[in-house]
Amino acid sequence: MDAATWGLIIATFVACFVEMVEATTIVMAMGYTRSWKSALVGTLAALGALAVVTVFAGYALANWLPESALQLAIGGLLLIFGLQWLRKAILRSSGRKAVHDEAAIYKEEVAAAKAAGQSTGSIDMFSFMVSFKGVFLEGMEVVFIVITFGLNADNIPGASAGALAAVVVVLIIAIVLRRPLSMINENLLKYGVGLLLASFGTYWAVEGIGIFRGDRESLDWPGHDLAILGLLVTWLVLSRVFVAVLKTPAAPAARENVAVEVEK
Amino acid sequence: MKFLKSFGQFWYDFIIGDDWKIAVAVVLALLVLFAAMKAELFGDTGLTLLGGVAVVVAFAISLAIDVRPKRR
Repeated sequence: MDAATWGLIIATFVACFVEMVEATTIVMAMGYTRSWKSALVGTLAALGALAVVTVFAGYALANWLPESALQLAIGGLLLIFGLQWLRKAILRSSGRKAVHDEAAIYKEEVAAAKAAGQSTGSIDMFSFMVSFKGVFLEGMEVVFIVITFGLNADNIPGASAGALAAVVVVLIIAIVLRRPLSMINENLLKYGVGLLLASFGTYWAVEGIGIFRGDRESLDWPGHDLAILGLLVTWLVLSRVFVAVLKTPAAPAARENVAVEVEK
Repeated sequence: MKFLKSFGQFWYDFIIGDDWKIAVAVVLALLVLFAAMKAELFGDTGLTLLGGVAVVVAFAISLAIDVRPKRR
């Protein structure tokens, strides 16, 4: 396998790993406090729905759009998505935003599960719906990343392998530990994913602007794929500069707005 | 209906997220690149480098606006 394929697998693995940890917290909270059966049925239903979305969206995008349009549209979305993650990571690393706390989220979900009324049927609809929604919405981000990376790198199997490996690893850890995966440094992982998404997103979105040329050919980066490495270094340096600058105490009004935020 | 609302909320969070300025920054940077390409200012190398720099600068400005000290 070449370096680009490894980069693709690692990027989708880490992105999927983060989302899977979040989904697992929700399913575990429902399973331990209400009904494992309903939580797992909800999870399986969500995974089925995600598979259908992946196949249809992947097929439609791959067959209906020219390559440069695909690069611009999904590269642009990937770039926005990646920069949102990078922004959060910079604010968290500099102490301006509350860090993501999986244990706190687990407690919140457990409290909501206990507060909800008891279900009378064989399936506990509360567990089912919360698990379905949690897995589907977290999974949609993974699907988007897999489709985007897979189509743009022309390697859907490689991107899917990275995502699938993450699902398996998180499931194994969850089954072995039987508690929320709060020991995983999710904020650091999200920082890494933000850098990767921002780098690939910049590369593809800029390439895709070529759709507006007469020949509709993508723009060509100097060094081709190697330019992604240059972009990665650029985003890393910029983010470290921001973290260093923002670590100095901010004005009280600016700090108050972000320090108490709890992020799911 | 509730699920559709959640799905719509997902896409809103996905594109706009906590800070709408990032989406605006990306669009503006790509518009600059588009204008430079249409004006035939550079070849591919110049255009891609301009695009990369425009995105980085636009993000830096949006974040700087985001964290600026607020007036009382």
